[in-house]
Amino acid sequence: MSKLETADTTIIRPTSELDLGRRQMFRVAGMTTLSAAAIAVLGGCRSMAATPMASEGDVNTLNVALGLEHEAINAYQLGAESGLLQKPVLDVAVQFQSHHKQHRDALVAAIKSMGGAPVAEKSMDDYAKELNAGALKSQADVLTLAAKLEKGAANAYLGVIPSFESKDLAQVAGRLAADETMHWTVLASALKQALPEKALTFGA
Amino acid sequence: MKRVLIVVALLAFPTAQARAEGDPARGQEIYESRCIACHSPDANRVGPMHRGVFGRKAGSLPGYAYSKALKGADFVWNDETLDRWLTNPQAFVPGQKMNFKVTKAEDRTDLIAYLKTLR
Repeated sequence: MSKLETADTTIIRPTSELDLGRRQMFRVAGMTTLSAAAIAVLGGCRSMAATPMASEGDVNTLNVALGLEHEAINAYQLGAESGLLQKPVLDVAVQFQSHHKQHRDALVAAIKSMGGAPVAEKSMDDYAKELNAGALKSQADVLTLAAKLEKGAANAYLGVIPSFESKDLAQVAGRLAADETMHWTVLASALKQALPEKALTFGA
Repeated sequence: MKRVLIVVALLAFPTAQARAEGDPARGQEIYESRCIACHSPDANRVGPMHRGVFGRKAGSLPGYAYSKALKGADFVWNDETLDRWLTNPQAFVPGQKMNFKVTKAEDRTDLIAYLKTLR
């Protein structure tokens, strides 16, 4: 049985997790001040000094993103444990899963720093049922599911950009979408799917 | 000239009618591209399942953790409410958690036409 957990050792934990004492959260008239730490966590840049305002809506949107990342991590886990993925495809899946784990960790830290409660991960059985994992019979089936989820995630991140009150979070959503697009491109190539003939197909 | 205009209008009628009712096939394409990250017809995932959504009371599907805002909503999903929701969910139900807008009216119409097929 293949395990993806070895990828944990390569995860770079968000530095702000070591910096809890410096986080400050202010609530004013239902608004949450997004700490510089949250932006730094998500943006991967501690030098960002801006302290923009973020609404509870932004926290809700980050939590939806976290739900997507939980699902993606478990989808790759299901694929790996299915025994259907062969090397080097399995190695790529492990790498993509590690990206999603880094997204998850950054989102959790940011949501907490904004005073929100991160949405919990469901059980592996729940994800297996929701994703109809029992129907996966081949490596191509696993990759097709992964490609569908990655493309959907890219479109989801692009789609919520206009809804963020914080421009910094909007930019982070763009960066997350770029990661998902990278994953989709590799998966589509592995499946020998044709690239889109037209431009601007993502987020449309 | 008047006769030509009538003929042109009659020829255009089926297309205009299809547009008004929406194209479920195109709606499915949009669904599988933009909605599939969170939603499925038959499973509650990040978002609630959509089979049977048309005509269902908002926030009423068992087994899905709705936002307080949607749980407390008092309306049924129909052409009008789905269109308002997809246009700007936060403006329609403040405090909801979707925050994904479908900005083009044509896309919304086609999506709603597809959702209607999920019975």
